[in-house]
Amino acid sequence: MARAVTTKRKSINTALAWAVGLLIFFPILWTVLTSFKTEAQAIADPPIFLGFDWTFENYSTVMERSNYMRFLWNSVIIAGGSTILGVIIAVPAAWSMAFVPSKRTKDILMWMLSTKMLPAVGVLYPIYLLFIRLGWLDSRVGLVIVLMLINLPIIVWMLYTYFKEIPGEILEAARMDGASLKEEILYVLTPMAVPGIASTLLLNVILAWNEAFWTLNLTAAKAAPLTAFIASYSSPEGLFYAKLSAASTMAIAPILILGWFSQKQLVRGLTFGAVK
Amino acid sequence: MGRIQLKQITKSFGNVEVIPPLDLTIEEGEFTVFVGPSGCGKSTLLRLIAGLEDTTSGVIEIDGADATSLAPAKRGLAMVFQSYALYPHMTVRKNIAFPMKMAGMDQAEQDKRIASAAAALNLTDYLDRRPGQLSGGQRQRVAIGRAIVREPSAFLFDEPLSNLDAALRVGMRMEISELHKKLETTMIYVTHDQVEAMTMADKIVVLQAGRIEQVGSPMELYRTPRNRFVAGFIGSPKMNFIEGEEAAKQNAHCIGIRPEHIDVASEGASWSGVVGVSEHLGSDTFFHVHDTGLADTITVRADGEVGITSGDRIYLEPRADMIHRFDDAGLSL
Amino acid sequence: MATQHSRSAARIMMAPAVILLLGWMLVPLMMTLYFSFKKYLPLRGGDLGWVGFENYARFVSSSSFWPAVSATLMIVVGVLLITSILGVLLAILLDQPMWGQGIVRILVIAPFFVMPTVSALVWKNMFMDPVNGLLAHLWKFFGADPVAWLTEVPMGSIIMIVSWQWLPFATLILLTAIQSLDSEQLEASEMDGAPVLARFWYIVLPHLSRALTVVILIQTIFLLSIFAEIFVTTQGAFGTKTLSYLIFQRVLESQNVGLGSAGGVYAIILANIVALFLMRIVGKNLDT
Repeated sequence: MARAVTTKRKSINTALAWAVGLLIFFPILWTVLTSFKTEAQAIADPPIFLGFDWTFENYSTVMERSNYMRFLWNSVIIAGGSTILGVIIAVPAAWSMAFVPSKRTKDILMWMLSTKMLPAVGVLYPIYLLFIRLGWLDSRVGLVIVLMLINLPIIVWMLYTYFKEIPGEILEAARMDGASLKEEILYVLTPMAVPGIASTLLLNVILAWNEAFWTLNLTAAKAAPLTAFIASYSSPEGLFYAKLSAASTMAIAPILILGWFSQKQLVRGLTFGAVK
Repeated sequence: MGRIQLKQITKSFGNVEVIPPLDLTIEEGEFTVFVGPSGCGKSTLLRLIAGLEDTTSGVIEIDGADATSLAPAKRGLAMVFQSYALYPHMTVRKNIAFPMKMAGMDQAEQDKRIASAAAALNLTDYLDRRPGQLSGGQRQRVAIGRAIVREPSAFLFDEPLSNLDAALRVGMRMEISELHKKLETTMIYVTHDQVEAMTMADKIVVLQAGRIEQVGSPMELYRTPRNRFVAGFIGSPKMNFIEGEEAAKQNAHCIGIRPEHIDVASEGASWSGVVGVSEHLGSDTFFHVHDTGLADTITVRADGEVGITSGDRIYLEPRADMIHRFDDAGLSL
Repeated sequence: MATQHSRSAARIMMAPAVILLLGWMLVPLMMTLYFSFKKYLPLRGGDLGWVGFENYARFVSSSSFWPAVSATLMIVVGVLLITSILGVLLAILLDQPMWGQGIVRILVIAPFFVMPTVSALVWKNMFMDPVNGLLAHLWKFFGADPVAWLTEVPMGSIIMIVSWQWLPFATLILLTAIQSLDSEQLEASEMDGAPVLARFWYIVLPHLSRALTVVILIQTIFLLSIFAEIFVTTQGAFGTKTLSYLIFQRVLESQNVGLGSAGGVYAIILANIVALFLMRIVGKNLDT
């Protein structure tokens, strides 16, 4: 039973929490605000918080100059493609581990997790070499596959923990009812696991979207996603705060919104089910 | 249709043998109940018949044909699960239709069967609801409906009433019995509740540690239990067991007498003791009698109106012809 | 529990994931091992033959090695300390009854979703720039001299940026854990006469210990291979060259693949040691 808390205490809590929350959020807020300023206002001394003339000029400049849409499209393809491909491969695997566990299931899960811990930099050159051989350098196909592989363990794990919560009896009932394995997965398991599959998709889109090692090192111009787009603002364009802010806002906005929807599932996904 | 024969069936999980070689025949149209304490292998046995588990060795025949390695759906059996195992994302109608859809039955026939099953099970008004919107009893009926429409050669029930509250359980018990009378299809029913077994079964199979202790009609098991285990398991409250001198008088290692076969008598009767707890059910009273010199506690059934309470001395007279005698291996003499 | 049929189906369905990951792990790993024993300079003669453990010895004895190890450790330890301590405090704060809890939660979590390149750039230019950065303005406002953060306190600055990114993660997980604490336990301890601090120490903290361990281990794995933040801010200058950045430079900038690969093997070993601990914890959880 939760106890009634005095209004005074609740007010103090509220004020404190909001202050901390706003402080943590401030860099993002400041970036978004700056993106609507002119360059002069962006570096005004003292800084202008709200009293500036709102302009969309930076957004149009950024879009004209750096072909933002192409980077965005690459990000969408790479994040979406790697996630969907990963889920297609992971669903059958997670089904097997959740509903037909064997003595080795636990070991396989653990081993999958361990591949996630391979430091990317340790295998950078081999991958680079393989990419050249396969003609995948600076291609979206190559990145879709690499990001699928680095996120596959997380996808399998998340689906596994969600599938584990579905009673096996229901799948047995489907088997008794004459459903083949394919029908069992398609008509019974998948519809029941829709919330779990959705949050798995969401978290992995976020992770793939923000991935900034392979996307920076394996792309040049053609397949470069938003991570590279922003990195190109490193200097000297980074000194144009308003434009940098507009570019940044455009790069993070889609994922920030997705992320807010998936925050509950995030915990389970990122801790491999160790914290629920 | 619906004769099931198990020949020398065994089942092991790894090195653990849960079912030692076992033979059993379930006749067509029979209502057979597998009963036993939890962990006795009764559910495993049912799942072997269903095809949800492989047998380690032995043969399962359904209607004379070898079904040992047949896929579950090919055996012509329908199962009602303990958790009902309804598909939560489908309406009641779709749940019931699922096995027919999987069998590729034509729509008109499906609709006809759904309508008749729904009418028989009082589900007509709920066909468009999801399982989550139904009560426990209604879910149970949907699970039965899903089994009926397949017109199986036998129904398998895996503790179907254990998730219902006491009042509903009695009602569903009746419904399943009536269903059996109407359909005259073989039914195999697993439960740990001997009351369910006694009230519903044509034939009871008592299991312990994967072994069949006894097979027979409810009254056979009640009247002539083959051993101490069956004697103690069937009947409520449990049979009283008395060892030692009193048993020796009867030339037995142990004797057993049911509470309902002990009469409350007056001074000078065979046994006496002090009443501990007395449970008044209205129609009956159960006395738990201590200090009899026979066993820790002797349970006695008396009329509801007997004027004896805790702490009173009570005199007991067992009905001689109702005493069961067991040897030192627990077998009936 | 299943039939032979479903077990063989399970093996087939697991195969694609297992084979892909096996390939993903083994092929590059083998290649890295192979290169690490070679003198291999793609732009200066290519494969110059086997050199045994020379690359391993050179990598460790190079003047950049120990600074890189200490930079890596400083970042990892610094970020872990900041995020765990602040994370626990924040989680407790957010667990208190308040108005607009949902919104505060969203505000606190937001940085985690920001692309590492974006957060590094925004911090570098708009906050830490000694002339136009917001922190410079703040310093001037209080009459202090603005600090050139990334050159004067480069390590502190990077730790600060990375902590900002990871604090939400720690908070979110610790908050989830705290919310699973049975409030009756706290009430019971209150009835037993435990004051606030004792309740925190004896009830809340032990309850959080597992979540905290998970936070530390997962962050460690990510922090060990931190890249974009350094790539965008200092490019490894001013003593912020971490082990992974050093390897990156050896391989891609100075194109000494053999040496870089030897470094890569060290990094893999290091990561595996940490991973071992994490897997123990996750593995325990699998049984329950």
